[in-house]
Formats: sequence, structure tokens, C-alpha cells
Amino acid sequence: MQTTGAKATSFRRKDLLGLAELSREEIQAILDTAVSFKEISTRSIKKVPTLRGKTVITLFYEPSTRTRTSFEIAAKRLSADTVNLAIAASSAVKGETLIDTAKNLEAMRPDIIIIRHSFSGAPHLLAQRLHCSVVNAGDGLHEHPTQGLLDLLTVWEAKGRLHDLKVAIVGDIAHSRVARSNIHGFRTMGSQVIVAGPQTMLPPYLPDLGVEVSYSLPEAVRGADVIMMLRLQLERQGQMFFPTLREYSRFFGLNQGHLALARPEALVMHPGPLNRGVEIAPEVADGLQSVILQQVTNGVAVRMAVLYLLSGGEQSGAAA
Amino acid sequence: MELLLKGGLVLDPSQDLEERRDLLIIDGRLAALVAPGTLPPEGRQVVDLTGLLVCPGLIDMHTHLREPGQEYKETIATGSQAAAAGGFTAVACMPNTLPVNDSATVTRYILEKAAQAQGVRVYPVAAISQGSEGAILAEYGDQKEAGAVALSDDGKPVANSQLMRRALEYARTFDLPVISHSEDLSLTSNGVMHEGLVSLQLGLKGIPAAAEEVAVFRDIELARLTGARLHIAHVSTAGSVQIIRRAKSQGIKVTAETAPHYFSLTHEAVRGFNTNAKMSPPLRTEADVAAIKAGLADGTLDCIATDHAPHSVLEKEVEFDRAANGVIGLETALGLSLALVQEGILTLAQLITKLSANPARILGVPGGTLQVGAPADITVIDLQRPWIVDVQQFKSKSRNSPFHGRNLTGRAAMTLVDGKILYRDNENFSR
Repeated sequence: MQTTGAKATSFRRKDLLGLAELSREEIQAILDTAVSFKEISTRSIKKVPTLRGKTVITLFYEPSTRTRTSFEIAAKRLSADTVNLAIAASSAVKGETLIDTAKNLEAMRPDIIIIRHSFSGAPHLLAQRLHCSVVNAGDGLHEHPTQGLLDLLTVWEAKGRLHDLKVAIVGDIAHSRVARSNIHGFRTMGSQVIVAGPQTMLPPYLPDLGVEVSYSLPEAVRGADVIMMLRLQLERQGQMFFPTLREYSRFFGLNQGHLALARPEALVMHPGPLNRGVEIAPEVADGLQSVILQQVTNGVAVRMAVLYLLSGGEQSGAAA
Repeated sequence: MELLLKGGLVLDPSQDLEERRDLLIIDGRLAALVAPGTLPPEGRQVVDLTGLLVCPGLIDMHTHLREPGQEYKETIATGSQAAAAGGFTAVACMPNTLPVNDSATVTRYILEKAAQAQGVRVYPVAAISQGSEGAILAEYGDQKEAGAVALSDDGKPVANSQLMRRALEYARTFDLPVISHSEDLSLTSNGVMHEGLVSLQLGLKGIPAAAEEVAVFRDIELARLTGARLHIAHVSTAGSVQIIRRAKSQGIKVTAETAPHYFSLTHEAVRGFNTNAKMSPPLRTEADVAAIKAGLADGTLDCIATDHAPHSVLEKEVEFDRAANGVIGLETALGLSLALVQEGILTLAQLITKLSANPARILGVPGGTLQVGAPADITVIDLQRPWIVDVQQFKSKSRNSPFHGRNLTGRAAMTLVDGKILYRDNENFSR
């Protein structure tokens, strides 16, 4: 893997809300920083003092284990103090507004608030009103920028480049913030993206985002360098999106046979949690081409990089 | 007291008149409309309107006054002040109050409040169904006697086609027009903005244009079936314009309105999750805006109505999905509509007709003319006046406008109802 020489200074923003608004240089700067942070997680003492004295709050209005834990570990490895708030959506409906909650938290002087919310745009609402940094940890159907970044990092490590790749994203694109962030990320870095699924899950106007659209999984994975399977939200069954899990998995579940159509070294990715046997066959998820667990490892590095850069990237050597 | 309005350019499409005239108002009625300088000023209150345009009073046939029930958003008194400041002399108020205006009692309450407010004329629109719940017809006969001028379940479209048929038939019995909020809610599903590239990018659930168009088509076919008078509210899509144009060419008794935001903004205004750009129907595309303008130009769309829908910060400073639908419009409608004249889409006479005579005719209410003998409901407009929309200056209780900061040319200089000056712009009458 060759670093581009882009320095951390290319990323200077108060908030990280999405990949749509980031330039190629900004994305590269985050990835470069993440690479330099990866080594910390391999040490026996996995901690550097970089963000000592900084306070990071995670504010999760949607259940999440992996993303929240990943952010928390990232903050702790940089020596930031972390506080986790999980707010049941139902109690938020009854009580305090999002803005009030956030303003109350800000009154305690945190440096960064990381928010996940089931409504698109909720992080933007906070970012406009708060002085501290806001990180979008997934908003509705809109974006999940750190997932997109960790996916880019994983592919970059495996392929040595992020341009001129063919990336197939398969599944419920309509309801996927992971898909949106990856579409923006891979397109900005110069790769080709093809999305596939039943038309019920492919919203109109996708071609206007610069992606190719297919209703066929074999067609989408043919010649692909990267195959990204999306998690099927099981409750969509019976909601007019697809008739049965059986038929979905028959036509849009990735199996060993499909891999033969892709490029020989094609990567198999999945943002998790997996529905084994639905969108991905177990032997593919655990197979040699799967980088699903590398994605999780890279999640910590990418989130360390994001927290560090939003804090101003104060220390000169990124890895301190 | 006699009032002499002198020196203005009088534009009254109802009498094909566009020239300088003086107007004499006696006891709230137009007593004379004569060549400038003909009438002596002695013994009369005189207002000099030189350089200003004098029109029949503007009528907004689609307003939400929020009273009774949501007085923190707007009251009949504040809504009336906002209307007068925007150049309107009359408003028709939609029945989605708390309680819903589905009985003569509510209509009488509204009229009583309006009389107390001593502002613009207020014409209640009564509910189609009890509680606007779409199940049982409301009492149209009672409502008409009490003063309701039309029927609508605005905001809660009639889902049941059979109920809509019966509503049209029963409305025809009492010669009341039915105003259709045309929306197939099953297609809207939980959509919060127009379905297009912007909704895809923002990850907001989309409402396809078809959600409006299938409902417009249904109601037009029911108007054909029943012979009732149908009026389509807040037309927002190119397809709806086309369906209405075809229906009119076939002689179906259908009329239609659009609102200024549907020819002034597109779904791009939602970017940044701007809840002040959230309304029902939603802002559409450039192509829809072009079709709305064409529909206004060729007469397919009879009226421009505001769909003034006040909401407080409680409903708007929240997540986009949770935000209430609606924008205020009484104080920006005229300025935004005059842009159509400046762009050459409508003549000034066409515009004024769509803002006065046409709504008067559809609702069957007085107004829309400056004929001698008519009530002196008059709007005076400064066509040249440049101004910047500032929501803090609004008379409305609410501030939910997507037009804050916009540069407009032309606004109301004076508004008179029954010959009484309800509003005057100090810039024009500083003396």
C-alpha cells in the first residue's frame, strides 16, 4: 500500500456528517491517519495520550453494539474520557427534544458528541446548533460515514488502491445508510460502483449518483473487485419489499458459486451483523476472500483517526 | 365619512379596466370610479395613491388560521393581520382546527372571532367528513346556513372513494364546492419529501408525484360522475396539471389552485434538512415548477392560494421526519406571485384575476371587482418596491417561511376592507 503523502492537515472540519461532502484529499487524509494509528492497537499497552483531557460522548438513539463499542475503544486508546448515553427512542418521543438533550450535554463541555439516530439529518440539526464537534454514527437512511471510511481503508489495504476498482453493493439500497456512504466514498476515490437488488429496494434516481443499477446478483458481481453485501432487515419481509426470506436469499444471497464470476482476488465485505444464510452463505462469510473481521478491526483505527482530526490534529506525528 | 383614493392606476380585470382613476368610497361601498381630479377633495378624507396600483381586494382561498385549538401558532386575529399586511382582504380558512370544523357551532365560533378581530373577511371551509376522519358525512346544510362557503378535509385526504362520491353528491345538493386535498396516503406511506435525487441523497423517504396524481385523477372522475363542483387544492406536479387540463377540455366542472412555493422553490430547498421547506404536497422538481407556471399561464390553474400553514418552533426545530408539514404564506404570496409577471409568465391582469375574481367566483363570495356599488375591498400595490423577506417583521404568529432573506419586488401598500384601511405600509405613506 502506498501512502499518497496527503497530510492530516487536509481534513479541517468541525464535524463529520457524511462522505458526500468530503473531497478525495480529505478522505485520503483520514485514511492516512488511520493507517498510522493501526499499530497502536497491536501494542501490549494499547493507549497513547493524544486526546488526554478530551471528553467524548456517544449519544445513541438506536440500538448498536458494534459501532458504539468501536467508537468507545477508539476514544479510550487515545486517552479521551468517554461517556455513553443510550436513549430509547420511545422515551425521547415523550420527553426532551433532541436539541434540548444535546444542549444539556454541551453544557457539560464535551469536545465531541457522537450521535446515532433513526432519523436522517439528526446529526446535522445538532451540528448547526452546537459548538462542539459532532460525528455522525449513522442517521436514518442517510449516511454512516465512519462505516464508509473503514470499508475504504479495508479495500485500500487489500488492493493497494481505491481507484479503478469495480465495487458491487448488493441488497436493500433504499434503506441503507451504509450503501449511501460507500457509494459516495468509492465514487469520490475514483472507483466504479454497481448496485443490485430487487427493484423494490433500489430507489429511483440511483443512476444520477453515478452508479450502475442491476436487478441481478450474478450480473453485479461479474468482474467485481469488491462485493459488499448489505444486511437485510428481516422486518422488511411482508412490508411489500420482498415476499419471503427464502426467495430473497435464492436470488440475492451471495454463495460460493457467485465468487467464481468475480475477479479472482475479489473481497467479500459485510457491515454486520450478519444474517447467515440470508444475504450471505456461511462458507462465504468465513471464506478466504472474506474481510469482514478486518472491517471491524479497521473500524477502530478509522474512528481514532476521525476523533483525532476533529480535535484539531494537534500533535504533529499522528501516532504520537 | 367619505374616502377619496386619488391618483392610482386602477386595474380591474372584471371590467377590463386599466387606467388612472379616482375612487370614492361612501359607507364602505364604491360610490364612484372616475377620471383623476374629477371629484373635489373638500369634506373628504383623501389618500394619494399616485404611482401605485389599485386592484380588487385579494382573496386567499386556502388559509389555516389554527383557531380554535392551536392559538399558539396563529389566531384569527393575527392571521387576519398577516393577511391584510400581505394585501389580502379575505381568506377562506380550512377546517383542520381543534376541534375540526365539522359543525355549525365551530363555523359560528370562527365567524364571531373574525367579527371581533375587525380584520379581513373570513370564510370558513367546513369539513367533508365528521372529524375529517373520512368515514361519515358532516352536516353540509347546517354548515352552509351558518356561513361555510366550501367543503374540504384538507390535510386529511378522503381515502374512501365511495365517501368522496357521496360527499360530491351531497355537496351539490347545497351547491357547495368540494376542495380536494389530493393525496393517496398509501403511496405517500411515510414519505417526508418529494421522491427524487434529493430524497435519495438525503436519505429521506420520498413521496412520488403519483401520490398526488392518482388522487387528482380519481376525484376528477368522481366529479364527472356526480356533476358536482370540484376544486383541486395546492397542485404541485406536472402530471396533475395535465390531468386537470384534460378534464377542463372535456367540460368537467373542475377548478384548481397552486401555491407560491410550488412555482418559487424546488425540492433542492430541503437540502440541509430544512424543515421550513417541508410541506404537503412536497416541493417538487424544476420540470414540475415549469409545468405549474404553464398551467397558470394557460388557465388550467385558476387561482394562487397561500396554503398559509403556521407552525411554531415546537413543530419545526426538530428532526426532519418529525417536523410538521406547512409553510406560512400570507405575507409573501403577493411578492412571489408578482415575480410571475416580472418573468412574463402572466400579465398583471391575469395575476390579479387569479388572486381575486377567480377565488371569489369559485367560493361564491363577494369581491373580485371594483364595480360601483360593490363593497370597497381594495388592495393597493407598490409594484416597484424592492424588499427583503424578514420573518421577524411578519404579523403572523409563526415564522416558518423558507423565503426568509429572499429579495422580492412589489408588495401591498394598503389594504382596505369595507372601505376601512386595515393596513398601510409606512414606506409608502410616511407623511
